Amino acid sequence: MSENKETRVNKVVEELLKAISDYDGSGEYDGAFNIRADSECAGRKSTEHVRIESKEGGKGLDIWIDPFTKGEKIYIPACISRSHVDDLVYNDFHVGEGADVTIVAGCGVHTDGEDDSRHNGIHNFMLEKNAKVLYQEKHIGTGDGEGKRIIDPVTEVHLGEGAELTMETSQIGGVDNTDRKTWGDLQANAKLVIKESIMTEGEQYAKTDFEIALDGEDSAVDLVSRSVAKDNSYQEYRSKINGNNRCTGHSECDAILVGNGKVNAAPELLAADLDASLIHEAAIGKVAGEQILKLRSLGLTEEEAERKIIEGFLRG
Amino acid sequence: MLTLKNIKWTAPDGGEILNGIDFTIESGKLTVITGPNGSGKTTLAKVIAGVVHQTEGEIWMDGQDISDLDITERAKLGVAYGFQQPVRFKGLTVRDMLDLSAKETLKEEAICGLMDQVGLCTKDYIDREVNASLSGGEIKRIEIATVLARTDAKVMVFDEPEAGIDLWSFNGLIDSFERLKKENDKALLVISHQERLLSIADEIIVIQDGKVRIQGPTEEIMPQLMYDERSSSCPIGKDPEWLKEFQLSKAGA
Repeated sequence: MSENKETRVNKVVEELLKAISDYDGSGEYDGAFNIRADSECAGRKSTEHVRIESKEGGKGLDIWIDPFTKGEKIYIPACISRSHVDDLVYNDFHVGEGADVTIVAGCGVHTDGEDDSRHNGIHNFMLEKNAKVLYQEKHIGTGDGEGKRIIDPVTEVHLGEGAELTMETSQIGGVDNTDRKTWGDLQANAKLVIKESIMTEGEQYAKTDFEIALDGEDSAVDLVSRSVAKDNSYQEYRSKINGNNRCTGHSECDAILVGNGKVNAAPELLAADLDASLIHEAAIGKVAGEQILKLRSLGLTEEEAERKIIEGFLRG
Repeated sequence: MLTLKNIKWTAPDGGEILNGIDFTIESGKLTVITGPNGSGKTTLAKVIAGVVHQTEGEIWMDGQDISDLDITERAKLGVAYGFQQPVRFKGLTVRDMLDLSAKETLKEEAICGLMDQVGLCTKDYIDREVNASLSGGEIKRIEIATVLARTDAKVMVFDEPEAGIDLWSFNGLIDSFERLKKENDKALLVISHQERLLSIADEIIVIQDGKVRIQGPTEEIMPQLMYDERSSSCPIGKDPEWLKEFQLSKAGA
């Protein structure tokens, strides 16, 4: 089954799509896709094994991925190209048993006027037995309008027996305000890997909140958050891992401060089973002086060294 | 060529670590600095690299006074320095570090060549982060590789390169030093107590209490070394007969 609508994106949306996904300007992606621009559908394509359908009332999508679909890439980007837009969307990903796919779902917000614009994407991942998903999500803000660029994503993850989800999420700049919530529950042998990187500068604020329930025997989560807070920006980090069975949980929160940046990290572990093995690591501080010295000894200036260290830190 | 004139360095607590060091090391030669622990060898290496600034004295490289240049400026002129305690980075990979050292995106074969010299398998390490997951020996070898990648170097300073390196990799390192010597355009300075490294040196400088105790060609200095100024951490150096043979071969040369 396939469905095609003509793709309609303006120049601003096109630039945002290029920044958050591998969009080449051709009007479509190599795979199933839905482009959401200024709260409307600007293009969609389903494939034989991936169906993208509008929810009733146009408030979001149901993405149906057939069991045992292998190697497909699905793109669900959302963009706002002007001020004074408040967008709320519910996207549900139904991933069939044994499927193995990549989902790219970034968000870009551009403001050109005094009013704020906000995208609030609520993504719900339901993975059936042994399904495997790589989920990539990039957030960016652009434009020189005074209006704030706000992105408030909510990600819900429900992993069936033996299912695996790897979530790579990054905020690459320009977002004034973000409140990110991620929660999930894992059945037996399910595995969740989250790699988050956030950079804030100026007066920006970012809050990120994870709560993961390891309900099934031998379920596992690995949560790594890296953040850089520059200038007067402020970041809050909270994570809670609930070990409700024999399981392994690891969370790591590392932050680099530059200028007057502030980071408040509050990790939490709940071991509710004798065989729950939970670990948390956290480190917050400025760029280590010895790291700068090493790169300077290779010929980089202090500024170049700091930039390189931060770039690698966020990428890792 | 690198010349140090009356180099002094006083620690912030007032301790006089370097008390007037004078020497010249020449291109195409390997000079080993040795001496007891705490004698000031690592501080001297840091002063040459510009990591710490000398309190008094002058440093000249190829006829240019580099005394007042900072670490970046000295690196750009061709000073390469391998840290005694390598620095770890979250996020930067072995490939990143080698590319930064070489100032270009190195091709796979160039990376293999560098990794081979320090006894590491490229495919196992190239995309690994230079972070706490690497053992002391692994990170030390990567540190050495970042110096070997500096093809623009005129002076290469290695601080105890043998630390954490097994015998087989150590032999590879010796070969690298021999090869660099033949290139003739680099002055090699190695801080070490290791007898095998001392034996391949052209010149030996012995530092004690922040001063040069003795310096000169290897065959002259080796017999004068005191027990704690050399150590043999590889099997060949543990054989007392080997030292005799070495001295005889040097005497006959």
